[in-house]
Amino acid sequence: MRSTLTDRPIDTAALVAEVARGANGATLLFIGTVRDVNDDRPVTGIEYSAYRAMAEREMGEIVREAGEKFGTADIVVEHRLGELTIGDASVAIAVAHARRGGAYDASRYIIEQLKKRVPIWKLEHYVDGTREWVGAGGQRVEEPVR
Amino acid sequence: MTVTVLLFASYADTLGKTQLELDLKSGATVGEVLGHVRAMPGADHLPPEPLVAVNERYARRDQVLTAGDEVAIIPPVAGG
Repeated sequence: MRSTLTDRPIDTAALVAEVARGANGATLLFIGTVRDVNDDRPVTGIEYSAYRAMAEREMGEIVREAGEKFGTADIVVEHRLGELTIGDASVAIAVAHARRGGAYDASRYIIEQLKKRVPIWKLEHYVDGTREWVGAGGQRVEEPVR
Repeated sequence: MTVTVLLFASYADTLGKTQLELDLKSGATVGEVLGHVRAMPGADHLPPEPLVAVNERYARRDQVLTAGDEVAIIPPVAGG
């Protein structure tokens, strides 16, 4: 089990290799990527930032919970920070499990909890040159003029 | 006693800083820290009940603080 924040591109194939074990009959890789549009506004990229120490602690907790609830220790999660462009992987979750049901459940649990609890924020950059902080539930906060 | 207050993302922008030190009476709570932050210029952009963490764990308004605590005011999270 492992989770981390990273400032470099996520090597998703390496995550899959890391959770591989002979006892596992199912391996799932979830990749969250930067979309080119949000709420009908064309997006050029997203800048991710975090309360790093707490984000890593909270991600570790979520991974432990998923392992306990769904019965696997073969879980790796990486979340990217910094400037990302369209199509870049912002988060990757690799889960391997003896059975597919447990793998799907654990992967889903991790991404949903991560979105609720882990202190990470995104500043969206739009085609028209403006930037806005994206809040939970699509709520937006206008960035003040500097 | 002194506690450190951390601000992030949209809250850091609206309040114009990422960190401040507050001098509080012993026995002060998370709620009192929020009261001080609300008195700062730009704080009218904060929601009525922002999320707060003390020493990297989510905390309630009535949690009592001790000297050196790190109190983070957490904007709506948006990871993934």
